[in-house]
Amino acid sequence: MTAHAAEPGSADGFVPRILVFTTNNISDPGVDLAGSSHMHYSPGVNVITLPCTSGIRPSWIIGALEKGFDGVFIATDGEECAYLHDCSKRSNRVVQVAQSTVKQRGIDASRIRVAAICSVCAEPFTKHMTTFSAALRAMGPQRAG
Amino acid sequence: MSEETLTPTPAHEGEGGRRIGVYVCHCGGNISDYVDVEKVVDGIRDNGDVIVSRTTMFACSEASQQDIEADIKANDLDGLVVASCSPKLHTYTFRGVASRAGLNPYEYTQVNIREQCSWVHTDDRAGATAKATALVSAGIGRTRNTVPLEPMVVDTTPHTLVIGGGVAGLRAAIGLADVGLKVTVVEREVAVGGWVKTLGMMYPHGKDGRVLIDTLVAEVKKRPSITVLTGAEVVGKAGSFGNYRMNIRVGGEGAGTIEILVGSVVVATGFDNYAPGDGEFGFGSEGVLTLPQFKEMVDAAKGPLTWKGRPVRSVAYIYCVGSRSTGGCSNQYCSRFCCASTVQTAVQLSGLDASVRQFHLYRDMRTYGKFEPLYTEARDAGSVFLKFDNDEPPTVAMGANGKLTVTVRDLLTERTELALPVDLVVLVTGMVPRANQELVDVLKVPKGGDGFFNEIHPKLRPVETTVDGVLIAGACQGPKTSAEAVTQALAAVTQSAAILKKGYTEMEPLVAVIDADACTACGDCLSTCPYDAIKMSEDGERHFAVIDAASCKGCGGCVSYCPENAIDLLGYTDDEISEMIADMIEVPV
Repeated sequence: MTAHAAEPGSADGFVPRILVFTTNNISDPGVDLAGSSHMHYSPGVNVITLPCTSGIRPSWIIGALEKGFDGVFIATDGEECAYLHDCSKRSNRVVQVAQSTVKQRGIDASRIRVAAICSVCAEPFTKHMTTFSAALRAMGPQRAG
Repeated sequence: MSEETLTPTPAHEGEGGRRIGVYVCHCGGNISDYVDVEKVVDGIRDNGDVIVSRTTMFACSEASQQDIEADIKANDLDGLVVASCSPKLHTYTFRGVASRAGLNPYEYTQVNIREQCSWVHTDDRAGATAKATALVSAGIGRTRNTVPLEPMVVDTTPHTLVIGGGVAGLRAAIGLADVGLKVTVVEREVAVGGWVKTLGMMYPHGKDGRVLIDTLVAEVKKRPSITVLTGAEVVGKAGSFGNYRMNIRVGGEGAGTIEILVGSVVVATGFDNYAPGDGEFGFGSEGVLTLPQFKEMVDAAKGPLTWKGRPVRSVAYIYCVGSRSTGGCSNQYCSRFCCASTVQTAVQLSGLDASVRQFHLYRDMRTYGKFEPLYTEARDAGSVFLKFDNDEPPTVAMGANGKLTVTVRDLLTERTELALPVDLVVLVTGMVPRANQELVDVLKVPKGGDGFFNEIHPKLRPVETTVDGVLIAGACQGPKTSAEAVTQALAAVTQSAAILKKGYTEMEPLVAVIDADACTACGDCLSTCPYDAIKMSEDGERHFAVIDAASCKGCGGCVSYCPENAIDLLGYTDDEISEMIADMIEVPV
């Protein structure tokens, strides 16, 4: 096992909180696989699963950042979505709406990330969490104080 | 019964709080070795609405299930949370526990603290414990907002429409009739039989394709519950799962349509042969044929082959044309049947004329499974196999003398360049999806990137599509042999029987609903549903959108388009998700 993602012992004890949206059929099984393969990422990562990421309300993303999550990651089905052939486009639209809204409210839009995670994408997901966590640690807490 | 909107009863309003039971599983040690499960229970015990909270060694064990049932009854619980493994494993287990104890199964929430917590934080007990507490807290938050839901019961019509009268469609029709369902077969051509009807000897046992189809047609004729419509096309689909109203045009463009009511649809529309581009491996030159063209010649021959009145003394086969990105073609997939088909045809030709020289230029020989002996048989009969590199595919040139020469570097003899003068070049072409966009538009069955229809799950639900009751069988799903197509056809028969023989079906009620009071009838949502589940409705003067629960797939794709936030996806409502987010962040990690 290589060095794990989280550095819980960082000087200020800041563990970025990341809310991840996954999908029942595709990306959540990918995240589960990271677990069954005993890969590691930060315990600041919390997952909420939906049927399809195009069903995310932008208000959930915005609300998460305003309530104290440091980042939101949307794990889409990419081209594999069984419901909607234009799922990527729809999910990206949701992300764009959320990004432009948070920007207006003074929140860095790069705190919202989106990537396609397939049902066997355990390693890519773990890497996404590691790099996102590091980026958020560099940015500092979303809600200071 | 087929069209209805779902209005869940807000059964918990005004009752002064919920009564929720929470169980945190050790999973032997899979969870408790890395998460302090007692501390998790301590952390949520005082959450509002939590009446019972315990740890359990194996929540899924028979004994634990009975304990939970007893708790639900003794404490009159109206919500249940089990924090254990992935919801993929035990959601239905604990929904069952709830049901048996008289609790609505949709009042249950599964929290994943194994795959998504203990196993990914084996190095951080404090972090994992805090995270598990946050996740359980969110599960409680969700459950606080659940409402009882009932599966939708839909009466079904015991009649199946089979689209396509090829080998898969005909065999499906016979199977469907034999389980007692009425069947209508719709075939676009003037006669049934598909590609198989055009084939002579087929591998592995040398059965004649024409005879196979005649046998199936004779069986179809014996069954009065099967109706076959030829020269007919499906042009419309309305209604929903269990009761589709299908419009069929009989007699070509401009002809009239008939409507039939069916419970399920088996799509068996087959494939097309890959058509090489002009000049692709010499295609278009005299003597360069595709495999189907060559196969037809060999099937028709009674003795040594001739081409334009001259004897055929030598043949070169170029494999993988139109498959596996060979020579830069756009199809990435392997067409699966063609190696064995070509080798079998070569054996057939050797039988007609033992002296004909046959060169097989291949990338990888995939006479898989039981077809491997055919390859040995072809070698024994004198066929020569030369392996080429896809970075350097063979070239076909027509000389001034009108003779064909194929040039190839043979990987197995140190890339020796060989120039083979041959009488015929056979391009071993694969399968491509049928160009039938009209049918795709009618059925709304999703296609994959390769253009073939997509199943829900290749192993667990191989003939079902996301359109409930619309099943796929045969090469419309992907390249395959006729034997494999028939296997899928019979799977579709079984699946149709499973849906239709009970006379009714139960569907997950996790569909989208519209709050008619909040809806301003702007119509923004109408175009967001590719399944046509959303329609405008009215109640006197008031107009509002409604969602047909039986047509809704429960994806939630419409939710974010509503400017009034009037659409909610049951099981994933704004109240549920918003509270989960708030509860998660409240627990510090």
